[in-house]
Amino acid sequence: MSDVSLPVAGGKSGGKPGRDWLWMLALLIGPLLAALALGGLILLAMGVNPLSYYAFVVERSILRPSGLEATLTRMGPLLLIAASLIVAFRAGIWNLGGDGQFLLAAVMVAAMTPLMHEAGMPVWLVLVTGLLTGAVIGAAWSVLPALLKAFQGINEIITTLMMSFLGVSFANVLVKLAFLDPATTTPQTRTLPVEARLPRLFDTTVSSGLLIGLVVVVLVHLMMTRTAFGMRLRVVGANPRAAVHAGLSVPKLTIAVFAISAALAGLSGAVDILGTQGNVRADWNPAYSLTVVPLVFLARLNGFGSIAYVFLFSALTIGGESAARRLGVPSFFSLVIVALLLITLGLAEYADKRRRARARQ
Amino acid sequence: MFTETFLITLFLGAVMAGMPLLLAGLGEQLSEKAGVLNIGLEGMILAGAYAGFLVAWTSGSSALGFLGGAGAGMIVASLMVVFCVILGLNQIVIGIALTLLVQGLTALLHFVQFSRSYPRLDGMQSWPVPGLSQIPVIGPMFFNHNPIVYLTVILVAVFAWIYRMTHLGSALQAAGDKPAALDAAGVDVIRTRALAVLTTGALAGLGGAFMSVAVAGVFIPFMSHGNGFIAIVLAMLARGRPLWVLGGALLFGASLSMTTALQVAGVNVPVDVIQMLPFAMVMLVLLVAGRKASLPAALGESFERGAR
Amino acid sequence: MQSPVGAAVSEPPATPGPVVALKGLTKRFPGVIANNNVSAQIFPGEVHVLLGENGAGKSTLVGMLSGLQQPDQGHIEIGGARVTVTSPRHALSLGIGTVFQHSMLVPSLSVVDNFTLGGTWWKRPDREGQAARIVETAARLGLRVDPFALVSTLSLGERQQVEILRALMRGSRCLILDEATAMLTPHEAVSLGELMRRLVAEGLAIIFITHKLNEALAYGDRISVLRLGKNAGEIGPQELRAQTDAGNTARIIALMFGAGSGSAAGEGAPRSGREPGPLVLEVAGLTAGAGRIPLQNATFSVHRGEILGLAGIDGNGQKELAEALSGQVPSAGSVRLNGREIGGMTVGGRRAAGLRYVTDDRLGEGTVGAFPVAVNFLLKEIGSTPFWQKGLEKPQAIRAQAEEHVKNFDIRTPGVQTPVGKLSGGNIQKVLLARELTGSAEAVIFAKPTYGLDVQNIRATRDRIREAAEAGKAVLLISTDLDELLELADRIAVIDRGRIRGIVDNDARARDAIGRLMSAGEEP
Repeated sequence: MSDVSLPVAGGKSGGKPGRDWLWMLALLIGPLLAALALGGLILLAMGVNPLSYYAFVVERSILRPSGLEATLTRMGPLLLIAASLIVAFRAGIWNLGGDGQFLLAAVMVAAMTPLMHEAGMPVWLVLVTGLLTGAVIGAAWSVLPALLKAFQGINEIITTLMMSFLGVSFANVLVKLAFLDPATTTPQTRTLPVEARLPRLFDTTVSSGLLIGLVVVVLVHLMMTRTAFGMRLRVVGANPRAAVHAGLSVPKLTIAVFAISAALAGLSGAVDILGTQGNVRADWNPAYSLTVVPLVFLARLNGFGSIAYVFLFSALTIGGESAARRLGVPSFFSLVIVALLLITLGLAEYADKRRRARARQ
Repeated sequence: MFTETFLITLFLGAVMAGMPLLLAGLGEQLSEKAGVLNIGLEGMILAGAYAGFLVAWTSGSSALGFLGGAGAGMIVASLMVVFCVILGLNQIVIGIALTLLVQGLTALLHFVQFSRSYPRLDGMQSWPVPGLSQIPVIGPMFFNHNPIVYLTVILVAVFAWIYRMTHLGSALQAAGDKPAALDAAGVDVIRTRALAVLTTGALAGLGGAFMSVAVAGVFIPFMSHGNGFIAIVLAMLARGRPLWVLGGALLFGASLSMTTALQVAGVNVPVDVIQMLPFAMVMLVLLVAGRKASLPAALGESFERGAR
Repeated sequence: MQSPVGAAVSEPPATPGPVVALKGLTKRFPGVIANNNVSAQIFPGEVHVLLGENGAGKSTLVGMLSGLQQPDQGHIEIGGARVTVTSPRHALSLGIGTVFQHSMLVPSLSVVDNFTLGGTWWKRPDREGQAARIVETAARLGLRVDPFALVSTLSLGERQQVEILRALMRGSRCLILDEATAMLTPHEAVSLGELMRRLVAEGLAIIFITHKLNEALAYGDRISVLRLGKNAGEIGPQELRAQTDAGNTARIIALMFGAGSGSAAGEGAPRSGREPGPLVLEVAGLTAGAGRIPLQNATFSVHRGEILGLAGIDGNGQKELAEALSGQVPSAGSVRLNGREIGGMTVGGRRAAGLRYVTDDRLGEGTVGAFPVAVNFLLKEIGSTPFWQKGLEKPQAIRAQAEEHVKNFDIRTPGVQTPVGKLSGGNIQKVLLARELTGSAEAVIFAKPTYGLDVQNIRATRDRIREAAEAGKAVLLISTDLDELLELADRIAVIDRGRIRGIVDNDARARDAIGRLMSAGEEP
């Protein structure tokens, strides 16, 4: 029971004849290879051997144990963002405000949990409260766009972007004015001690945030594809008028989508703080949300596909950060690869559409 | 605290901070009128900022820098034209992709070229209008600016004139509202939209170059800092009226530059509090104005002849 | 800009050669031949009707004449010379002006700006001059047009007049009117007919495309019938005048539907007056202001086993009535189903109570085109057992039900997982019928159930409606096709501008009575 959506190609119709396997394979692998090749040209232009760069990135982010651990740890918050976006986009809501939701949640969690820990609360309680707080703060930051969309029909692209900028600034205000750590001179919140953070998995340094991320993405995927609630959301996303006709309460579902999506973005912030960062420095904004948007589109809003792409991206950034130190290629290069990938994928979708149109004639 | 210096500082700051918004907002307004939601605006500004700085620094001429910035914006816009206007791919996704691409590329290039030298351009000379600039208060506020500022204000009038008084204005309106009607009237919809998007790119690029060449004197990666998205909102709220973009850009610019002005007045308010103002303001406007923020009917849809 | 209408007058009224000639036009689309070797000659001073059902290939023909599409075979001759029409603009320069079914005016521009659209881009439109010419030409044709009005403020009829005016002022010698009366009120349609007569009197050629037989007879000088993309036959002016209306009608029906299918057009015997069952659906004072046409104080009732028809020109509140009844828009007044008040319930509550609504907007709101057929059967029952249990989907149950529906309703689909948007209109309608007619249906609203379907699917759908009534359901049949109502309904209500003007029994005098009710509302 799946509806193949082609979000990049902008077409509403789905479904594939699926007879030409070679073509399908080319569609899946081709864009990736093309993007890496284009990225390679850029590296060449910078005077870096692309092959050794890619080899270095793979070695540092996947083959070397510490690199792989870093890659996997970084995936946690990114997966939660991906889950947040999948819910929203599948329901036809453009929640582009994930960055504000993420950061505000992160700041609140970073402000609260060290104090709770100092007050002697048990670690598990601190962590659970922290995660819940993150989700609630994230959801709260989407209330205004949700209401405006549900009852006034105001384009959520504008409102979520505005709330995102507002949230990022507000988070900075909070860090600098309200939650400043009195013990240091650098403007940042108090730091959650390592022993009070999310537990590590087995004997590795991988944060259990990864586990949370994986579980949530899979749950969200199953919710959207296998449950009645997910079906309602998809109907609203695919054809809001059909939803009204079928008696679905579009405003209520819209608000639910915003709440879930933003709560997951907030949860991502909490996981990043509780698992990796421990505190929030002033002016810190990793801007995960806008970076993950292309990834979930590359995965065609599929949860499992998103895990693959998030892994790829995570490895690229971790490897890229090492490469920045060793090969002098800044880590921004991973942004370039993602953007190129999205564009080559869009072109592949277009080629596919044209091919099918020709086949029909 | 509302002394003469305070007001003048605030106003000049508003002009400097508002100019990129105004240029990009005018451009976005043009695109939206023609039916293209240009989410890649942020990338175009950033490309303009980088190229503007690069050209100005290598040639030593800020005029050439502005040209270079506009050119770079147009190059990014031409990608938008190919992918969204001609091939009809999703405008939001491609817009975000282009923004990420430019962010990554400019940061890379900046790193390769300038990470060791950190060159800085000399501050730009303003062009005082003879006579008028001598008037107290009014003079320094309105008649002592960078030439780009005068040019942009003239552009506002030009756009207003184009929209209301020329065939082009009607054609743009039709491209966004009923592309099939424009096609039937013998005007190429794709070409009209492409023209709009390319112009948007040039204006956004110019805005970016203004940021790096005229205001900052340096290029800093990611320096466009959400200006593109604010400009998109400005354009949406202004609904086809260039003068509203001007007003909105000054208002946003004022709140962005409020900190400096307040410091001049001896009040110390954190930057971030002030930076929240414009966004809070937009949300307030949306809450009050509500439904009226309308958009062209065919916005975001690609055009294919004969398809309904 | 020249004044072609005036120029045309100076020509002799009976020019021998055709203005436009279609020579064996063939156009194929994936899977269908839309036009197969179609030929026709269009003469000046004549209204040439292209008559055919939906899907007979009329739109494609218009598309080729106006330059939107290119023929795969055959060609078009204008004034005896072979031409390739590349675009609507080119068509216009050749003297062919088209008024499409869907308005080709830019709503956010004024009338005058729509006229000047496409001028040299940096120049200033000559609004005053153009406005003066519009007013002058309009006056000569007996029309009234405010050149500075925003198009979005004009009625559909006014927009059409503006489009005709525009085509004429741009020098058209041949005017194509594509389904021009579909969106008009009866009064506006009559005005359009008069306008056409005045235009051909001035020497213009008009191609009038319609699927309505009575309009073809009322306005046409020459009638070409298209059937399944082919020429089915042509009746020239002499023949047309020589025969009575009844004779012409019979001839055209035979051409449109093939020999011996005269009954398909609705000449079947009206349903015999059976004993009405108990009241099922009682509507009193139903008022809804949300739509384009506010629904005012609708009161009627439908008995068990009865079909109540609702006649009226499209866009007179039918949609608003159906949506108010189904609960899709807020409304005031009373709706009772089997004596129970359901007027305050949600869409889902009303459905659960037994009220069903077969919408006419099958892809727009009736289905989700990208979703599988199987899911679309359940669109209004998401979460219900046995298809979902504790909110979890049960694919086997969903598939089993879908396969049963496909069999029972004879739905032609590659499989139950095929996206419903890929099916033909007739099969999508069957999906809707399967969804709405099974289960605990008590009262069913059909909105234009045969609109856009081919003959076979029209038959199948009408049979379903009849069966539903015979199975004891109360049926409200909304249709713009009077013949359909006369064939199926027991009683017929007439709606006009949001008000129900009266309800008549479907007997021998029904047609006249309905006509009177429909036109009575036109007087101020």
